[in-house]
Amino acid sequence: MTGKKRLESAVKYIFLFSALMSILIVVMIGIFTFREAIPAFREIGIIKLLTGTVWRPGQGQYGILAMIAGSGLVTLGAVVIGVPLALGCAIFLSEIAPPAVRSFVRPSIELLAGIPSVVYGLFGMVVIVPLVRNIDVPGNTGFGLLSASIVLAVMILPTISSVSEYAIRSVPKRFREGSLAMGATKWETMTKVILPGARSGIMSAIILGLGRALGETIAMIMVIGNSVIIPFAASDNPLSIFLSRARTLTGNIAVEINYATGLHESALFATGVVLFALIMIMNSSARMLIGRKKWEK
Amino acid sequence: MNRLRLRKLRQTGAFSLLWFTGAFSVLIMLFVVGYVIMKGFAHLTPDFFTTPPRGGLSGEGGISSTIIATIYLVICTLIVATPLGIGAGVFLVEYADHLKSRIIKNFVALARFGVETLAGVPSIIFGLFGYALFVTAMHFGFSILSAALAGSCLVIPVIIRTTEEALKAVPDSYRQASLAMGASRWETIRKVVLPSAVTGISTGLILSAGRIVSETAIFYVTLGGSYRTPTSIMSSGRTMALHVYYLAMETRAFDKAMATGAVLVVLIIIINLVINVISRRLSAKTGS
Repeated sequence: MTGKKRLESAVKYIFLFSALMSILIVVMIGIFTFREAIPAFREIGIIKLLTGTVWRPGQGQYGILAMIAGSGLVTLGAVVIGVPLALGCAIFLSEIAPPAVRSFVRPSIELLAGIPSVVYGLFGMVVIVPLVRNIDVPGNTGFGLLSASIVLAVMILPTISSVSEYAIRSVPKRFREGSLAMGATKWETMTKVILPGARSGIMSAIILGLGRALGETIAMIMVIGNSVIIPFAASDNPLSIFLSRARTLTGNIAVEINYATGLHESALFATGVVLFALIMIMNSSARMLIGRKKWEK
Repeated sequence: MNRLRLRKLRQTGAFSLLWFTGAFSVLIMLFVVGYVIMKGFAHLTPDFFTTPPRGGLSGEGGISSTIIATIYLVICTLIVATPLGIGAGVFLVEYADHLKSRIIKNFVALARFGVETLAGVPSIIFGLFGYALFVTAMHFGFSILSAALAGSCLVIPVIIRTTEEALKAVPDSYRQASLAMGASRWETIRKVVLPSAVTGISTGLILSAGRIVSETAIFYVTLGGSYRTPTSIMSSGRTMALHVYYLAMETRAFDKAMATGAVLVVLIIIINLVINVISRRLSAKTGS
């Protein structure tokens, strides 16, 4: 009998250990990336690293501002293109699509989430980049922020759409019924009752999408051009900044890590720390927004 | 009366816009999938699957060694991730609510936080971590082993979540009946709960296999990219997804890249269909 009891508790602790593995991995990721980044923080300085505009590892210049700008702008572009589409899909699927249509549209959007990012990158190189190249602006090669934003918009669409749909669905039925009973049209009910009610859920969906966008690597390397420059507008139209080539934080790490040594390698780990911190902040704020609103039944 | 008509008109306009976004998303999917498959299939021959890439700048040859590397890597990753993922899922569903010790309860909160955080970490960070720890510090080099260990960080949260859902779907009456018959908790889990949850858990494993097949960034920095057929877990290698990247970016062999991409997309569609069929069957059985 004691043998059986001992087995029971051994099994329990083995399972507990597996459950703690995730947090252990997170802590180890934090420790390892940070430890490798310490020389860069110490020798280059955090401020200089974050605000330096020149990245020339050969000459000991390590500023990642260009990559921060690249990641920021491409994410902005993806949000501008992707969020209206994703929200439209979420409202469509939760409020007006007939079941037969929904059972076709939702799996289609889910499939978008499953397509490998390298395939998106390839599609971007072969289809989107040549299209963007047609825009007549000096120095436009097609590779750059606009192509990358378009590809990224499609990649974050499923995340934003499914989380928002869930948020819209969890608004209690009685809100809708009350509004309709007062004589509001369906559309008025949606914009004035349901969407405001689902606001925090939708916000968190968008933030999760932002996190996804910031973390995307391979597809970005393939279409954004990877030049270490602060994006600039090449014509009078300020929007032509989106035709500029750029490099993302993720791309900076992936392209250079395998041959980097010494301070250069450390600076890449520092890039990783910046990225990790940004995404942790975003994900925890999204989680707080989701957790805040609980409808009483 | 006129105002009512205006309001109705506004609604019709808005609804048509919403129908448009729904239709547009489907069109995007059809266009991306259709384009890759049509262009890719034009270059697919039986030889493509059975010959190894020959390397060089022209990107000659097929994808046989990359298929083997992909299968090898999927198996190794699942060997690492499955016990940990299922174990964690079992703990969070079967044990976490029956704990008396306050310390272990805190551990549970910590574990939940860990799973959620891990699920949000971008894959290049796993790659960077794998490069620092497995490739460099532990001297595993660029190898299937390093890649599998880094890759398992990506799929552990997936397995935990699907395991949790599968276990939650097992009716409590099963557990109560088993416990009432004098079975211990572990016996109940092993002989009653896990067998009824096995289909649900398997969707998690299939999903994870799909994630490994699609993933590129992690393996770009941990697997090395050799196009030779891997012979052991210490071999460097190149998965199909990685092969697409090298073909497109280094040799500019877009035809071959598209053909390999088409194989990937078809694989992903099959995986999605299998998961949909299994989960539909499951929800039909539980009646929810």
